[in-house]
Amino acid sequence: MADTNPIKQFEIHPIADLSVGGLNLSFTNSSYFMVLAVGLTVGLLAVATSRAALVPGRAQSVAELLYEFIADMVRSSAGNDGLKFFPLVFTLFAFILMANMLGMFPYFPAPEFHGFTVTSHLIITVALAMLVMVIVMGYGLFKNGLKFFSIFFPSGVPVPLYLIVTPIEIISFLSRPISLSIRLFANMLAGHILLKVFAGFIVMLGATGGALAAVGILPLLMVIALTALEFLVAFLQAYVFAVLTCIYLNDALHPGAH
Amino acid sequence: MAPPSPPEGYEDAASGVFPPFDPTYFASQLFWLAISFAVLYFLLSRWLLPRIGSTIEERKDRIADDLDAAAGLKAQADDAVKAYEKSLADARAKAQAVGADARAEAEREAAAETAAMEAELVGRQAEAEARIAKARSAAMGEVRNVAADVAGAVTEHLAGLTVSRDEAEAAVDAVRG
Repeated sequence: MADTNPIKQFEIHPIADLSVGGLNLSFTNSSYFMVLAVGLTVGLLAVATSRAALVPGRAQSVAELLYEFIADMVRSSAGNDGLKFFPLVFTLFAFILMANMLGMFPYFPAPEFHGFTVTSHLIITVALAMLVMVIVMGYGLFKNGLKFFSIFFPSGVPVPLYLIVTPIEIISFLSRPISLSIRLFANMLAGHILLKVFAGFIVMLGATGGALAAVGILPLLMVIALTALEFLVAFLQAYVFAVLTCIYLNDALHPGAH
Repeated sequence: MAPPSPPEGYEDAASGVFPPFDPTYFASQLFWLAISFAVLYFLLSRWLLPRIGSTIEERKDRIADDLDAAAGLKAQADDAVKAYEKSLADARAKAQAVGADARAEAEREAAAETAAMEAELVGRQAEAEARIAKARSAAMGEVRNVAADVAGAVTEHLAGLTVSRDEAEAAVDAVRG
């Protein structure tokens, strides 16, 4: 009987051991999917844009659509001077989207044919969120100096209210990396657990045989619906991450406009 | 600190820790994330995104150029239409002038012909009148002779007087007034 443990899909197994200075840097199935996401993103974009035609073909249209989509997102959220961060936002979006989408394969040409979702691990999403926050704070301080901290003092507020508003602004700023990372992590984790739980029901009901096996059609329908939903979530979470990155970058670029 | 020996197969991998919170592979995940993300960022920002961007830019330029060229051609076409309409109007005016000339010429010729015909008719009329006058005077002459003869003969017969020819004629003339 198939293993119906819904947690197993998140396990990490080493493929090639690597230890540097006592740190376990093994190449794992997670690393495999990360490298694959990068390879696929680069490969697909390279193929799509290999024949830069004036009238684009299908693949080129998709690549250009993606480009314009992210460029418009950066422009509308962070302004035209935010376009210097366009490659960063595009990389974040492409990486998260590709990792999420690769995670949608229950079985995959990977070691043990085991599917894996890179973004379902908190450490990855925290690292990505911290990267964004470090860039926002670093660039904000570098460009605006102490004026960067004016994001904690919104304009048009009576001075006494700063006693309340400023701590709230500071807390909201500090909670950004947390919400940014937890949102992506929790969505991917919960969605995939739910998928496997219902998939497990199919197996368990089928194994009983008899009349109960026919009831297995219900979790099957549920899994189909959830799979569609998960595809939406996979795209949506990549989009949300990119949009929030743009909004946070806007603070670094224009701290006065808060 | 040696890395924990990775378990074979995943039955014993679940060591009671929820995998996403298992710190065993945190370093490995961060390490490979850093490498993959850096490579992806480098390839996208240096190679692929400029390539897509330049294609889009090129297309925008080309479309703008084409629109400009189309506007230029339209202006040319408008000019050509204007020139054509002008030449058409010129030709029409010229045709009207030619027509007017021809009409004037025809009228002039007709008038000349009419005048010539009238002159001829007047000439002929005068000729005819002269001929009639001549015939009349000739006839009147005959009448005078006859009258003189008759007067002479009557006078001779009635009064027995012989009237000379000259006296008879003078008498006829006196009667005729």
